[in-house]
Amino acid sequence: MAKKHKWIDLVKDPLNENNPITVQVLGICSALAITVKLMPAIVMALSVMVVLAFSNVIISLMRNYIPNRIRIIIQLLVVAALVILVDQILKAYAYDVSKQLSVFVGLIITNCIVMGRLEAFALGNKPWDSFLDGIGNGAGYGLVLIIVAFFRELLGSGTLFDKQVIPDSFYEMGYVNNAMMLLPAMALITLGIYIWVQRSMYPQLTEKD
Amino acid sequence: MDRNSNIYTIFFATVVVIVIGVLLSLAAMGLKPLQEQNKRQEKMMDIMYTIGVDQDFLTSEVIAQGLKLNYKLIEQYFNKYFLKQYALTSEGEIDESVNAFDINLKTEIKKPEKEQRYPIFIAQKDGKTYYVIPLYGKGLWDDIWGYIALEEDLNTVKGVKFGHKGETPGLGAEITKKWFEDQFKGEKIFDKDGTFRGITLLKGNKDPENKDKEDHEIDAISGSTLTSNGVTNMIQERLKHYLPFFEKIRNQKNK
Repeated sequence: MAKKHKWIDLVKDPLNENNPITVQVLGICSALAITVKLMPAIVMALSVMVVLAFSNVIISLMRNYIPNRIRIIIQLLVVAALVILVDQILKAYAYDVSKQLSVFVGLIITNCIVMGRLEAFALGNKPWDSFLDGIGNGAGYGLVLIIVAFFRELLGSGTLFDKQVIPDSFYEMGYVNNAMMLLPAMALITLGIYIWVQRSMYPQLTEKD
Repeated sequence: MDRNSNIYTIFFATVVVIVIGVLLSLAAMGLKPLQEQNKRQEKMMDIMYTIGVDQDFLTSEVIAQGLKLNYKLIEQYFNKYFLKQYALTSEGEIDESVNAFDINLKTEIKKPEKEQRYPIFIAQKDGKTYYVIPLYGKGLWDDIWGYIALEEDLNTVKGVKFGHKGETPGLGAEITKKWFEDQFKGEKIFDKDGTFRGITLLKGNKDPENKDKEDHEIDAISGSTLTSNGVTNMIQERLKHYLPFFEKIRNQKNK
């Protein structure tokens, strides 16, 4: 367990080769729900990163004291507390953003990435490494969210950050926003295409039967 | 000590729960005033928006004075425009004991009709009187709400502002967009005979450009029938409680 980690790998790996969404296949549900528009996707990504990094550190600090039988409950408690804190702080200092995210901040608790990283990494590694692992995985999650949200907002609403980018002349020529892109089904398909592109670029990611 | 013994497990769990509980309640208490203030600020901004005082206007006003828009200034502007706020009974009488601004429609709406108090905000702007009425109802997934401002004739819509908790993004959630809200401007809520009609969101509207302001109809957003029905019902249900009050104001004017 006490393997030496290079800090750069801890941050870099989850961006691509060990991406939490596309390779570890964690946190899909929120990736589908929150990627309609770019702005909420970015705030969601940041919130997840913060929660992930800090819960990783806290659990890592406690790792030698947590009784094995109730470790999941303790992890859940720490994550829930952090999520409530993030939610309360957003409501006080970034009210508009917290309104856009609505229930999804609360749903970070159920984001499998958080629990997955706590179980797989923080319980067996030092706080600093765990912190970097949290940042890395948060960034990997955010990267996918932002890419998917970019295409969904562009093709579904014709806007980016709520600013219209598709010129009016396109609409006059008969171009229509694809309302399907706004629904979760197309998010799944977009994500599928992303995974497809990623795996054909990095064949080593494909599972061998 | 044995990390897997029952006593240690219970002890550990208790300590963690207490520490987290204290931390969270401290945070909640500390941040509460700011959160409440945000909610009041949003409500004031929404109400002012319906009479044409929007964020851009306020920001430019305040910058002209060399200040930054904050809660205090927003409250000042709100009090400047809204000189009267009433809590009405179902008969249209004014109940002095209730502060109209503090009425929370979400809970109020569940009471029996007779016990409810109906808030109304009366504004003076550029020599004209406007009546702003808060709305609350059900959309497709969750609650929707809003504000509707009527002009002096208590018939023509000056402006509306909608909000929602969880309507479908890109479909039902579009009700909060300016292009949708702007369609309501100039619509009438009474027909020529003086019968209350409200405003209906309709698909397959014969008048999609909404040039006819006398038809009590607005083009609904395609793909959001249930949210649109919710908006229609909300306007219908809320406004009808104010009819006795409207009647009184009209009688006063005719005297």
